[in-house]
Amino acid sequence: MRRVVVTGLGMVTPLGCGVDITWQRLLAGKSGAGRVENFDVSDLPAKIACQLKRGDGTDGTFNPDQWMEPKEQRKVDDFIIYAMAAARQALDDADWHPTSYEDQCASGVLIGSGIGGLQGIAETALLLQERGPRRVSPFFIPGRLINLAGGYVSIEHGLKGPNHAVVTACSTGAHAIGDAARLVAFGDADVMVAGGTESPINRLALAGFAACRALSTSYNDTPEKASRPYDRDRDGFVMGEGAGVVIVEALEHALARGAKIYGEIVGYGLSGDAYHITAPSEDGDGAFRCMTAALKRAGITPAEIDYINAHGTSTMADEIELGAVQRLLGNSAATVSMSSTKSAIGHLLGAAGAVEAIFSLLAIRDQIAPPTINLDNPSIETPIDLVPHTPRERQIDYALSNSFGFGGTNASVVFKRYAH
Amino acid sequence: MSDIAERVKKIVAEHLGVESEKVTENASFIDDLGADSLDTVELVMAFEEAFNCEIPDDAAETILTVGDAITFLEKNAA
Repeated sequence: MRRVVVTGLGMVTPLGCGVDITWQRLLAGKSGAGRVENFDVSDLPAKIACQLKRGDGTDGTFNPDQWMEPKEQRKVDDFIIYAMAAARQALDDADWHPTSYEDQCASGVLIGSGIGGLQGIAETALLLQERGPRRVSPFFIPGRLINLAGGYVSIEHGLKGPNHAVVTACSTGAHAIGDAARLVAFGDADVMVAGGTESPINRLALAGFAACRALSTSYNDTPEKASRPYDRDRDGFVMGEGAGVVIVEALEHALARGAKIYGEIVGYGLSGDAYHITAPSEDGDGAFRCMTAALKRAGITPAEIDYINAHGTSTMADEIELGAVQRLLGNSAATVSMSSTKSAIGHLLGAAGAVEAIFSLLAIRDQIAPPTINLDNPSIETPIDLVPHTPRERQIDYALSNSFGFGGTNASVVFKRYAH
Repeated sequence: MSDIAERVKKIVAEHLGVESEKVTENASFIDDLGADSLDTVELVMAFEEAFNCEIPDDAAETILTVGDAITFLEKNAA
């Protein structure tokens, strides 16, 4: 099988629109959380979220007009616009703009979303109820379908290779990148535009996740303190929105065109809990098995892992993941740094794994582990460095990124510092 | 220009995102204004909404230009 590398990055996050601005703010310990102001939250238990900061595009603000024509924006839910933004950034970063028929056919898209166009579905259901079926737009269906994020990206950039999408709740982004790497390794494509996107911040989703008792509700007056993975005072996750997209490319293809290389995708593991629809198995068995599978694929021992970007959502499940990691690492637990960047950007659901894969690659590039902010008092003792508050400069040759989703779906991806 | 013609042109320009100078009576939605088949469906819905009338599917199929829409609505709009 062919070696596979990452040659381009793109992201839209609550910390900023763009990879550099997000990374700088992440390392500076900033939080993207705030009070929800754009719709009524008075009757909702969770009144906070990590929302994109919209503006004219300067100072890291997100200006949708830069990424999609206004007349097209009307037709789609925001998750598609976010994917368009992250995908164009990533393709520009990789300097890959295929124009020949052959290059276009060798370039595919694999962008997923956990939920897709919930906002549009909710609004259109009301419209149907109030005004009848003749008022339902012809763009209702194509503007909500999850794979239309990839569909729009392929049309915009002329990508005629495999066109695929992943839907595995909060593991979506990791699965998308892992699956894309396999498509490239097997030769189905030379280049894949891969990642995840999500726009879940609306009344319906906040009500639904709150009903699952998954959201933080005690920090409505101090939103930036709410996402606090591993901290004893955590009480649920903070919903986020955005997208992450990477360019996954065959090493030989990247070298032939002189592309810059962020890192190599060397391991990918998947597992299922077969346990509960929303809770992970208490012994962390699913997490343990998917990390083990990813390391086996990478051909490395647990002791070789330097940095872990944890799933770490700021819920009861944090300790289960931590337990699984300790079991995996054994005596080498004290040599790894593991942080949850959800402390800063919240939980981007289907986009989380993709955004966190990018953070893992940047950690390798800059040899620095981003921090877990708000970790004042760890809820349990661990020999693992959880990188509280401030980033940790250290050697990082191998980084592992974990994602676990509702339904008991787990994915781990291992990135390696690129060496010839 | 009739009030209906003016309103039709405004709706077309807004929905298709084209400059108003291009929205002439002879302009075809698909050939001249860049619409696809879904855009034309939505455009007809917008006319129905704005003029408070119903445009049956067989009539909608004959509305191919800005002028077609104006003619139909001048006859049928409430």
